[in-house]
Amino acid sequence: MKVLLSWLREFAPDIDGDPVELGEEMSALGLAVEDMTITGEGLDGIVLAKVLDLRPHPDADKIQLVDVDMGDGEALQVCCGAFNMSVGDLIPFATIGTVMPNGMEIAQRKLRGEMSNGMCCSAAEMGMGEDHDGIMLLTNTIDTGATPLGTPITEALGMERDVLWDLEVNANRPDAMSVAGVARDLAATLGVPFAFPEHTYTPGSGLVTDEAKIEIIDPSLCGRFLARTIHGVEIGTSPLWMQQRLTALGMRPINSVVDISNYVMLELGQPNHTYDLDTVPGGHIRVRRAHEAGETITTLDGVERSLIASDGVIADGSDRAIGIAGVMGGLDTEIGDTTTSVLLEMAWWDPPSISRTIKRLNLPSEAGTRYRRGADWGENMVRAVDRFCQLIGEAGATTATGTIDEHGTTPDRAPRPVRIARVNGILGTDLSATDMQGHLESIGFDVSDVSDDSMQVTVPTWRWDTETETDIAEEVGRMYGFETITKTVPKPEQNGALTPYQADRRAVRSALVGAGCSEIQPMPFLAPGDLARVGLPEDGVTLTNPLVHEESVLQTSLLPNHLKAVAYNQSHRSGPVRLFEVARVFLPSGEDQLLPDEREHLAVIISEAEAPAAVEMLDILDRTLALPNVQLRPSTPAGMHPTRSADVVIAGKVRGHVGEVDPAVAEAYGVAGRAAWIELDLGSILDGPHGNRKYSPISKFPSSDLDLAFEVPDTVTAANILGALRKGGGKQLVDAHLFDTYRGTGVAEGARSLAFRLRFQASDRTLTDTELAELRDACIAAAQKQKGVTLRG
Amino acid sequence: MSSYDDLASQALAEIEQADGVDALDALRPAIFGKKAPLTEAKKGLGQLEPDERKEAGQALNAARQQVEAAFDERRAGLAASARAEALEAERMDLTEHLGATAGGHAHIVTQTRDRLEDIFIGMGYSIAEGPEVETAWYNFEALNIPEWHPARGSFDTIFVNLGEPEEVMLRSHTSPVQIRTMENQEPPIYIVCPGRVYRTDTADATHLPAFNQIEGLVIDKGITLGDLAGTIDQFVKALLGPDLETRLRPSYFPFTEPSAEFDIRGADGSWLELGGCGMVHPNTLRACGIDPEEWQGFAFGFGIDRLAVMRYQTDDLREFVNNDVRFLKQF
Repeated sequence: MKVLLSWLREFAPDIDGDPVELGEEMSALGLAVEDMTITGEGLDGIVLAKVLDLRPHPDADKIQLVDVDMGDGEALQVCCGAFNMSVGDLIPFATIGTVMPNGMEIAQRKLRGEMSNGMCCSAAEMGMGEDHDGIMLLTNTIDTGATPLGTPITEALGMERDVLWDLEVNANRPDAMSVAGVARDLAATLGVPFAFPEHTYTPGSGLVTDEAKIEIIDPSLCGRFLARTIHGVEIGTSPLWMQQRLTALGMRPINSVVDISNYVMLELGQPNHTYDLDTVPGGHIRVRRAHEAGETITTLDGVERSLIASDGVIADGSDRAIGIAGVMGGLDTEIGDTTTSVLLEMAWWDPPSISRTIKRLNLPSEAGTRYRRGADWGENMVRAVDRFCQLIGEAGATTATGTIDEHGTTPDRAPRPVRIARVNGILGTDLSATDMQGHLESIGFDVSDVSDDSMQVTVPTWRWDTETETDIAEEVGRMYGFETITKTVPKPEQNGALTPYQADRRAVRSALVGAGCSEIQPMPFLAPGDLARVGLPEDGVTLTNPLVHEESVLQTSLLPNHLKAVAYNQSHRSGPVRLFEVARVFLPSGEDQLLPDEREHLAVIISEAEAPAAVEMLDILDRTLALPNVQLRPSTPAGMHPTRSADVVIAGKVRGHVGEVDPAVAEAYGVAGRAAWIELDLGSILDGPHGNRKYSPISKFPSSDLDLAFEVPDTVTAANILGALRKGGGKQLVDAHLFDTYRGTGVAEGARSLAFRLRFQASDRTLTDTELAELRDACIAAAQKQKGVTLRG
Repeated sequence: MSSYDDLASQALAEIEQADGVDALDALRPAIFGKKAPLTEAKKGLGQLEPDERKEAGQALNAARQQVEAAFDERRAGLAASARAEALEAERMDLTEHLGATAGGHAHIVTQTRDRLEDIFIGMGYSIAEGPEVETAWYNFEALNIPEWHPARGSFDTIFVNLGEPEEVMLRSHTSPVQIRTMENQEPPIYIVCPGRVYRTDTADATHLPAFNQIEGLVIDKGITLGDLAGTIDQFVKALLGPDLETRLRPSYFPFTEPSAEFDIRGADGSWLELGGCGMVHPNTLRACGIDPEEWQGFAFGFGIDRLAVMRYQTDDLREFVNNDVRFLKQF
């Protein structure tokens, strides 16, 4: 909502002061200033001029040559990028040397060989609104008899210095969607008087009740409907001052009737609608919901729209729909150039009903925004029809005598009790009942029956969203000033701490960072086909309204986005890379579950590396989390190398996969070389048993090392041999690891040599040579139990 | 007497000529051994008259001490120069190292989030998390945003194709976690909920359809708007420095009443809007089975990404999701 200082002062003449400070006051009231402009300043050098001739630029398509007359009868040539002028039009013209409000200085210059001696101005260029679309045309608004060419534009337009604020108005403040409402708030906080100016009109001879009839069929839709009939209307342009204010507040002047309609809405916050009375037989209007069977209406934008039973409809006497209540009027009854009689509607619509229709038809509008937030259903409606009739009266039209004022259901605004202690308890203040009364009355709330403990408060009709004791507490706080409230800090009795899950997740991240991995956070969206390309089912949950088709599926695996990440980095010559991520995957869930099966996964991709690099990451996790009984079970997970991958089994449960990306999949994603890959269901791992570390005392007795090499057929894994050795060595085998592998001469085809280093040690004595020999034999025997395994000489 | 001096001079000359510790040590028997001249001379003392003997003994001792001192000194000097020579021979240019394995980096958002979490943990809060795909109940209805409410539109929600139309969505804020916590936990509640949220914002330098938020929720007896203002002031000062000022400005959110925006003011004196907050709406408390007459609370929320931007002065949010190591390795 934009407001002009001069307009605010029509309601509170004493509003004055530094524009920045006034803006701060409004921000503190919850009307945040998004932008502030000083208008009517810095326009020295801009004068009224007339277009004498228009012709194409010989050497440019996007600019034309314009001859203007600044009053001396001379044709002055300028180059202009706008094409909305006609010969004879009056325009604002910036002469050479003018410094525009944005700081640009107008100089004589040549554009593609043609001289330009100034600039034709748009409204926006003069700091008057947002209309950049063309040069501001003053042809119909200025009479050159009274205002000769060459007159400074500020004088020609009667402009004075003014301040324009653009305010962010929240959905609970329908009252502040009007100049008057903002003035009320600001006057209250500044402690200056606020009043509505008197606007009167002289009614004509006819009676509105003879000319129109309003029937509210559905009172839940329409809380109140005021109607008047106006005759002798001439559709023309509205006065310059009105056009300027509308333009400043961001509305484009249309014609004398539409402009008044918008002016009243901006000033008083009451949207209204005008019908060409001659197109509404008998002026008879019926307000109802759309028919269950459905019906259609062609709205004034020329679109035929289908209505459903919850939509509000304005129908004529024959029950034909002539408008969508509060949303958009019908084409058939729209006022046009030939309109002479107008039926004025000033209605209050049920906000949820209007909101649903606006959303369903996607028809937002200035009027709709006010209706859906809850317009004023009180005295302001009468004020608004009076203002309308006064303004149109000034344009020469006559309003018939009387007002039709039909009522439906409006919100209950009986006085409600408010507890003083409760309000202070919400705000953290120590205000007296009288203090609260003062704050509430300053913005039009009625307060009665005030005691030390409670008061009765009546919420005004311009505050549809304000109803409860808490709402009223908010108003007290707002007027008292949020900034004035003493800051305190509650002290919880609980200790703050990460959960074990959260602490472990941090430990995993740190360990991977320590292992040289960098964390990525791609968005969890995939393109259709991404999952199929890694061999996974295309069963990802899809988005209803994705921003782009390529981001319309939720990931069920972290692999596709990691492959894209590697390919991206390789294409930017950043590599090899080690990337990891902890993120959600969204697995399809069973019929009885509405939400997907969401899990937290961990993945690491290492480009230009083979499977063991990924297994190393698993070792790191094992060390970090003390995982119970980690095993690799050969398998061929989707997207992974068929002979270089395994399931990760932890305490008997498959928790993910480790190995290498299938070369064909890597290629499909544009990844060069091999890529080691591990993806784990981190959530299940952290929720499962882990971290059980037990101290074993360090033996004081000497240890003995022993190396054993076996020829092992490819069908037997190194893990099998290690397991056998551990079994054979028993508790005296305190360490065993693979330290060398060899394939080639001296080893049978289809087998390899695996060399293990074993360390024996007892906790209570030095092992004797005899004991060591026995342990050696036991280990060898255990290993050789595996089929085809033999000790190498 | 002079013969002792001669003996000493001879030994001193030999010591002087030794060119290394080993060569010097090799001289030791010839100078100090049983057959050495100085040792032999000592034996000859017995043949002297007693009055001569004393004087000669002193002279011999002095000569021997002189030789011993020279030997020790020479030996220390030789050892020191040998060490210096050896060290010089292994001199190394420490900047002449091959690139070590590239280090890893936690994501800028993770670092920022961890920092925020730690501050709130210090203030006694726990960290709560919840699903990213949510139902309309958790994302809207329990938060006092009925189906017709204009505020629904302002969330620019991304819906998913599950359930009825617009029944299931990517959460548009982390507030559903507040609802789930209130449903499952008896007050008092002191939590923050960090996490990813989603909106139909086209990705550009300052927007992402997937971004990160942190919200706080406190439900306890006698919690006031003053508590909210004080809490915000405390964590902002902990996060950004003790000189920062904070203020609340009235605003509107359906799930809080009163509602406010909170601003911070830095060294340059200008106010910057950081997030939204307010007293938890009685309807929201009731929706979670909490009696608003017994318990009151506040909630607040703000963007994690934006704090990361402020802290590191990055200029394009898309870098956060682009997986480019040239970006990642800077933090």
